[in-house]
Amino acid sequence: MNMPSEEIVVKKPAALSPVAAARDANLDSALRRPVIIAAALVVTLVVPLFVRSFITFQLTQVMVYALAILGLNLLTGYNGQFSLGHSAFYGIGAYTAAILMSRWNIPYFSTLPAAGLLCFAVGFLFGLPALRLQGLYLALATFALAVAMPQILKFSPLEWLTGGVQGLVIDKPDPPFDLPIDADQWLYYFTLAVLVLMFAAAANLVNSRSGRAIMAIRDNPIAAAAMGINTALYKTLTFGVSALYTGVAGALGAIVVQFVAPDSFSFFLSVSFLVGLVIGGVGSIAGCLVGGLFVLYVPNIAESVSTGLAGVVYGVILLLVIFVMPDGAAGFARLTRARLARATQPLITKGRSS
Amino acid sequence: MELLLQQVMAGLATGGIYALMALAVVMIYQAIDHLNFAQGEMAMFSTFIAWQLMQWGQPYWVAFAIAVAVSFLGGVAIERILFRPIHNAPILSSIVAFIALFSILNSGAGYLFDYTIKEFPTPFGNKPFLGSALIGTHQAGMIAVSLGMLALLYLFFRGTRLGLAMRAAAANPESARLVGIRVGWMTALGWGMAAAIGAVAGVLIAPVVFLEPNMMLGVLLYGFAGAVLGGLTSPGGAVFGGFAMGIIENLAGTFIPYVGRELKLTIALVLIVAVLMVRPSGIFGRRSVVRV
Repeated sequence: MNMPSEEIVVKKPAALSPVAAARDANLDSALRRPVIIAAALVVTLVVPLFVRSFITFQLTQVMVYALAILGLNLLTGYNGQFSLGHSAFYGIGAYTAAILMSRWNIPYFSTLPAAGLLCFAVGFLFGLPALRLQGLYLALATFALAVAMPQILKFSPLEWLTGGVQGLVIDKPDPPFDLPIDADQWLYYFTLAVLVLMFAAAANLVNSRSGRAIMAIRDNPIAAAAMGINTALYKTLTFGVSALYTGVAGALGAIVVQFVAPDSFSFFLSVSFLVGLVIGGVGSIAGCLVGGLFVLYVPNIAESVSTGLAGVVYGVILLLVIFVMPDGAAGFARLTRARLARATQPLITKGRSS
Repeated sequence: MELLLQQVMAGLATGGIYALMALAVVMIYQAIDHLNFAQGEMAMFSTFIAWQLMQWGQPYWVAFAIAVAVSFLGGVAIERILFRPIHNAPILSSIVAFIALFSILNSGAGYLFDYTIKEFPTPFGNKPFLGSALIGTHQAGMIAVSLGMLALLYLFFRGTRLGLAMRAAAANPESARLVGIRVGWMTALGWGMAAAIGAVAGVLIAPVVFLEPNMMLGVLLYGFAGAVLGGLTSPGGAVFGGFAMGIIENLAGTFIPYVGRELKLTIALVLIVAVLMVRPSGIFGRRSVVRV
């Protein structure tokens, strides 16, 4: 079977609809978007003041996952390169933060750029061999990365640095400037700030000339190359940027959980990211938040329904979601909007004609 | 030299397991064009069915035959009920559906048969094979069965009308439908066959790794790696890749000093990626060419 042709066929709806949606967007929805974003921001700013600190902690983790899923989305959703290896980038980011903080007492906020840059470099380098691989063969190569990462972190000659099987424990940062909030709330706001910044950057990237090049490569690499896009450069750069996002998420995750251990960054974390990506919507930036919510909360919900059958409940929920929204939450939202528009349109024209 | 030979033989023995799994993976890949992440869990579940039948007092071969038959029907049912409705969904969505199936089967087996490790009988015995201490009769039997299944599959796909129809349905569904092949049922049949092959693999693997809900995890990973190394379009390549995985893993663990033991899986995977650099569609895989 020829994989590439299948990929093109499959990606078409996800590829075309955002463009089409943007083109069809009338002034009304162009005005509505900033309002929705502003309202969401206000809600997220107020929430930690009213909920228990454990829920604040969970919501912080949701944001961390959303950021990691956004990293995967840039690569898989926008550039069409499949990756099962993002747990490795997340792990590298987490360990960078943990090592810098616990071994060299570097303040937590400066570990994020370090983690991001290191992951960018690793991702870029990994993107080079990935250029030759497609589809499932690329999946295997990235899968190898995911399987190797816990083993490398446990590797005994590196134990002085990584703490071996035991992992590393780090301190929870205190809120600065004597702010009247507790450490959990401060971490929430800190994560939110990073999240907003990086989501905005991703939205800019996707809507830029580079972003169009990245998507053109996904839709048809040959046509993209014929139009003068340096596909090799863009593919490796996307790999690097994607790893950077996931690495920063990893660093944030380590700071939030205050603990890193090799087995938290196994292949199953990659699977979680993939589930979050699909549930949120492939090729949608806002969808990553839905993905983050799903990844954190649904396993807990399944556990609370039945401890013995948690896996069955989780699987059934997952299947139901895929049956109802095969294109993820973003696709579902698009569909609903289109249906609503179709339902309201005749009324408007009738009103005008009469 | 003695050590090398011994390690190669041990690699062949574990490689036989991977080869069986890789074969099942490639079978379903050919029939439905997707990699089935739940393949190992399906095989595990089939093995539990065989075990349960034996607990109820059925003789080995009866339990074996019933388990394979039930798995075939189960595979067809999974395709009809779960994957038929979403066969137009994006590829990533189907992968998530596989993950869901994985979770359901794994947790369901744990619930029904609990997580204690169970012994599973072997039909071949555990004596040294042909008087050599390097490989047991069970391992030899396993290798023989994988090669036998490969031959049967080859005959089925090359020599029968049904096999041809299945290949046509996978290669070009539209054209296949136009010449009167019921593409949907061919896919379901592919699922059934893959489940049955998985059941055979599971029953043969269980005496080696012992029976428990997570027994297939490692095996499936190696099976996938073997299938990709050999080339996903080639059943023979998959069997070769599975054996190669077993041998590489053993040799890397023994002969690369210092790092070998701790990082043997990593080394094996890195080697595979290195091979894929040179042959991006696997060693025996066909290169896919797309018309623009």
